[in-house]
Amino acid sequence: MTYQAKLRVWRGDAEGGGLRDYTVEVNEGEVVLDIIHRLQATQAGDLAVRWNCKAGKCGSCSAEINGRPRLLCLTRMGDFDENEVVTITPMRTFPVIRDLVTDVSYNYEKAASIPGFVPREKGPDGVHRMQQVDVERSQEFRKCIECFLCQDVCHVVRDHEDNKKVYAGPRFLMRIAELDMHPLDNLDRRKVAQENFGLGMCNITKCCSEVCPEGIHITDNALIPLKERVVDRKYDPLTWLGAKIGRRPHP
Amino acid sequence: MTTTAPAPTGTGAPGRARIAARHLRTDTWWVQPAITVAVLVSFIIYSTIRAFEDAHYFVEPYISPFYSPCITKSCQGDTFPELFSGPAFLTPAIYILILPLGFRLTCYYYRKAYYRSFWLSPPACAVAEPHTTYTGETRFPLIFQNIHRYFFIAGLALNVVLTYDAILGFRDEHGEWGHMGLGTLILLGNAALLWLYSLSCHSCRHIVGGKINSFSKHPVRYQFWQVVSKLNGSHMKYAWVSLFGVALTDFYIRLLATNAFSDPRFF
Repeated sequence: MTYQAKLRVWRGDAEGGGLRDYTVEVNEGEVVLDIIHRLQATQAGDLAVRWNCKAGKCGSCSAEINGRPRLLCLTRMGDFDENEVVTITPMRTFPVIRDLVTDVSYNYEKAASIPGFVPREKGPDGVHRMQQVDVERSQEFRKCIECFLCQDVCHVVRDHEDNKKVYAGPRFLMRIAELDMHPLDNLDRRKVAQENFGLGMCNITKCCSEVCPEGIHITDNALIPLKERVVDRKYDPLTWLGAKIGRRPHP
Repeated sequence: MTTTAPAPTGTGAPGRARIAARHLRTDTWWVQPAITVAVLVSFIIYSTIRAFEDAHYFVEPYISPFYSPCITKSCQGDTFPELFSGPAFLTPAIYILILPLGFRLTCYYYRKAYYRSFWLSPPACAVAEPHTTYTGETRFPLIFQNIHRYFFIAGLALNVVLTYDAILGFRDEHGEWGHMGLGTLILLGNAALLWLYSLSCHSCRHIVGGKINSFSKHPVRYQFWQVVSKLNGSHMKYAWVSLFGVALTDFYIRLLATNAFSDPRFF
């Protein structure tokens, strides 16, 4: 069924801008990105929006819809009442470039600063061996499409710009967890997770998990396990003592 | 919708899209933190009153979980060795409640709940918090959240005692075994919920196997980790249900101790 939807779309750039009202046709089964494209095609040819796959796999069309960080391509117009005004803004944690497009280079800088995979020595037969059960945890984190919605919603940087210097954000703390849990990785990442990438800033309020379009349990499966590993390394006197006398190496 | 001017940092930081509203959410995001505050404040008031009441916590063969293990010489009943005489203003409950209080206060789930609802950090996802600075759990006192695993272990010891209390409930008021009443069922249910809450804990998940990188080399611990991981998925549910369970168990025993209700005996 076709109807006319009321949209409020943020238009502007780093110098300024505001919400503008539009009325756009909506057909059954369409998602917000379809409506943004129709708006672009019919009324606002200069509207800037970043998109690519339209299938929730590229992580390009991240924005905020009615104040909630979401992918434009995975948000159905059918989720809203036909009389409801749907407000669409760019992600509010990153500098805006124009309209719905933000500069997410903060994330790439953090990604580049994380020490890469350091494989341990190969086995006697000259190959690395590991079992499926050893990498299942890390594989969940590999589902990340780097839409950066978790980074956008995380209040540590969303509400405190200064923290960007010292906090990597949930996506990249998850990357550190992925590597620290990897059976073949040879680097102890627990100390740097806390001291260089700001794991202690995370107060596990789970917004990252709530907005993840891939359904990754970022808090329960990556951040809290990483916090527990850091406790082993920095805050638990018994585990620390065990490691010191050589009975409990990092597994 | 809140339309107060944004702080100079945060979503109002230079370069970000200029939007005056603290948030643009249109749903009832405030309901969940409001319910959390209401329930937790109610529990704190009730448990504080009961902890200082120092009465109506024992009626043969039941003892309230707020007062168990009862370790001072002023204890009612005989469910645990009386170890010392404390100052009069400290009731037997005070010595014990510090442990479950510490366990719940440092619990990863409750941290989320009270950071959001009491400290508004953040009050809800994508709703700006009111604080101008933020250091998370990196400094005193919140850095002590990292001792959660010690409270977890203490909580396990308490669970053993409360399970023992439930077993004592299979006696009658004369100490004869082989009897059961509604109170026995309630004590058993309370102990079961506390075990579920404790064993679904994130620290428990780490200790039983989460710290291991090569599960294939530790198949038994991997099995434990899988079981605890499954329980961990319901940790929030167990956190709330066990909290209600403790309060309702105490309230039931208070009803019996004040003769407001008579315990139905099954056999």
